[in-house]
Amino acid sequence: MNDHQVHIDEHRDDEGAKTGMWIFIFTELLLFGGLFIAYSVYRYLNPLAFHLAAEELDTTLGTINTVILLVSSMTIAMSISAIQYKNKKLTLILMGVTLLLALAFMVNKYFEWSGKISHGIYPGSMTLQEASRGELLFFGLYYAMTGLHALHIVIGMAFIGYVMHLVVKNEVQHDNFVILENSGLYWHLVDLIWIFLFPLFYLIT
Amino acid sequence: MSEAVNQHTEVSYLEYKGRFKGLFAWIFSTDHKRIGLLYLYSMLVLFSVAALLGLAMKIELIAPGKTIMDAQTYNSFFTLHGITMIFLIVVPGLPAVFGNFFLPIMIGAKDVAFPKLNLLSWWIYIIGAFIALSAQFIGDGPPDTGWTFYAPYSFRTGTNMLPAVTGAFVLGFSSIATGINFIVTIHRMRAPGMTWMKMPLFPWALYGTSWIQVLATPIVGVTLLMIVLERTMQIGFFDPALGGDPILYQHLFWIYSHPAVYIMILPAMGVISEIIPTFARKTIFGYKAIVVSTLAIAFVGYFVWGHHMFTSGMSGTALYTFSILTFFVAIPSAIKIFNWVATLHKASIDIQTPFLWALCFLFVFMVGGLSGMVLGALSTNVHLHDTAFVVAHFHFIVFGGTGYAFFGAIHYWYPKMFGKMYDKSWANIGLAIFFTGFNILYLPMFYLGMTGMPRRYYDYVDEFHGPNIVSSLGALLMISGLIIIITNLVRSAKHGEPAVADPWKGKTLEWTVASPPSLENFEEIPTVTKHPYGYE
Amino acid sequence: MEKDQHTHIVKYKTYVYVLIALLFMTFVSVAVTEIDLGPYTVTMALLLASIKSVLVLLIFMHLKFDKKFYGIMVASVFLLLACVIVITFMDYLYR
Repeated sequence: MNDHQVHIDEHRDDEGAKTGMWIFIFTELLLFGGLFIAYSVYRYLNPLAFHLAAEELDTTLGTINTVILLVSSMTIAMSISAIQYKNKKLTLILMGVTLLLALAFMVNKYFEWSGKISHGIYPGSMTLQEASRGELLFFGLYYAMTGLHALHIVIGMAFIGYVMHLVVKNEVQHDNFVILENSGLYWHLVDLIWIFLFPLFYLIT
Repeated sequence: MSEAVNQHTEVSYLEYKGRFKGLFAWIFSTDHKRIGLLYLYSMLVLFSVAALLGLAMKIELIAPGKTIMDAQTYNSFFTLHGITMIFLIVVPGLPAVFGNFFLPIMIGAKDVAFPKLNLLSWWIYIIGAFIALSAQFIGDGPPDTGWTFYAPYSFRTGTNMLPAVTGAFVLGFSSIATGINFIVTIHRMRAPGMTWMKMPLFPWALYGTSWIQVLATPIVGVTLLMIVLERTMQIGFFDPALGGDPILYQHLFWIYSHPAVYIMILPAMGVISEIIPTFARKTIFGYKAIVVSTLAIAFVGYFVWGHHMFTSGMSGTALYTFSILTFFVAIPSAIKIFNWVATLHKASIDIQTPFLWALCFLFVFMVGGLSGMVLGALSTNVHLHDTAFVVAHFHFIVFGGTGYAFFGAIHYWYPKMFGKMYDKSWANIGLAIFFTGFNILYLPMFYLGMTGMPRRYYDYVDEFHGPNIVSSLGALLMISGLIIIITNLVRSAKHGEPAVADPWKGKTLEWTVASPPSLENFEEIPTVTKHPYGYE
Repeated sequence: MEKDQHTHIVKYKTYVYVLIALLFMTFVSVAVTEIDLGPYTVTMALLLASIKSVLVLLIFMHLKFDKKFYGIMVASVFLLLACVIVITFMDYLYR
């Protein structure tokens, strides 16, 4: 497109960028992997307490958030097809929808967490001090894992927002969209983790 | 790519004038060679500090009772010594310094895949180092948990744990960034004709190492995060009072930290696999076996973490499993030793300083490895757990393995990196003193451990006095050797004889370019047709 | 063939079908929770979650259309994590 001044730190390798992103995704998977190990050990050691504690969680809210994330995952995947079809407007719309859905997820999460906190269920609270050790572990893991996941949602939103800015500036186009693909991969990772978090926290009854 | 070659000016990377001048031309440079040297200089400073801490501990142990410091100071000294040596020097050491400098050149590339990420990883390293070391000076006193941060002490101690743990967490990102960079570089940027089986062994070792860095570091990252959450927000993870299981902390910690041992040793083995064929003037014996054993170590090394926990109260089944797997991991390491020795068989050896370092490596690595067998066996482990024996084994493997390979690497590649040759006779004298001191320092600790002296104590009973005096004198000797080695290297960077492009008659690609290399390493990307060690 | 892979465009329709399948499985897993399957509840939930994640990986994350090497890497990473969990449970199951 523009005359490429080949400079030492500017060589374009889309496949390499994607490989790098995938490897980064592996590190993220293992980051959560550590927490999943802790979860599985403590659930094995405290089956009943986990069972009881999970009933405190709102399955409906959890299901809504699952649906939201799945749909947003589809829209960001579609935006890649859209940019390949050279449809810039549709790309931006689909990315925008993804961002809105992500926001909806966070709002939902906010209400869920503040609901819990108003019931006195938060780390270090009096209610939890009196609860069984297993329930304490459950809610510790709940806050840590969904919190870390929410942090990834925020990072993903920032990443997608940045790529939208690049699309607007025509720096991401039908023949140069690897960064859009990478932001999509990151978003799917967030979705992938939620796919496991949802049954493990909301569906133990 | 090819347009870039049009107007080469052949100025070396050391003299190249970029956008910035002076110090900024280094700390904002994305040139992999400059970043390698940045790491080298940072580590040199940190290593000197940590080595002096080690010396101070040995002086404390020269006599029973309080000699120069009290118990709490001793505790913080071994903690700081461990954190600095492990997280700041040995884990990143060889990949960050020599990997950065030589990986692209050895596979015929102009730089790593993501040069900016590479620079960022150095900055994260520096930030992490500052956070970790700030624990010494702010808050309620320096941490005293040892580098392992074992729960539940790590969140019960009144000392300033948070910066130390956060620093280690931040350093993980630096390690991951380097790992991602190297894997992509090796996959995507090998010169035309360099198939996987024509790649030199140091890049191969870095490849295995990078995978461990990428796949193990996040686990310790999240574990340290859990410690932070537990300390700051009373979220129960490992505290028995909150329902947690402290042994799970040990599991999670060693799931990373055992593979981290292979992050330390694999690149060291890679360096040795470069040095030995060069000075033996011979193709390395069993190239494929070394490659396969590198990958096997990287893989099996994942599943042996429990051998750090034999006395923790794990189930019997877990004990047997981990012990057997530990013996498995010895096999590929032994394969490598045999290959190196077989390479030397009937070779016309050119005895030079790097080669002597490699030979010393073989000796100390064997001592370390065989004492590891003693610790990997369940019955002997129970007796020796947490004694000076473990400290001796660990230093033979990590200092003797990675440390010797590091000094071997610097003496091997020094002429390429700086374009100067160091004074060889001083280098050899330094090595002789260092090697003698090293053995006098650590060999008595095997004996002390077997007779029951625990580690991490500033005091001991009178029976241990004799060997401790020997050991402490060895420490002084070793440090004098180190001072000679480092002074010689620093002095030669300025006053040394100019080096030729291929002082050792090496065959890998880095010896085909100028010393020091030009900014883009190669005028023209080479096409590789031969095996990397084509001496015949 | 290699060039072909990068320019592969996934049809919008495909994504919609995948989403429907994912949503369907989500509702099934919620519904199954209501029925008491005893010890199989966890198995069922994890089985459905695994199928869902495979769909996301293959279609949304394009593993099906990319070079095989990505798929192999992903499978190895999951295998590694599984091995680590199994070995950790060597301790907890028999303690």
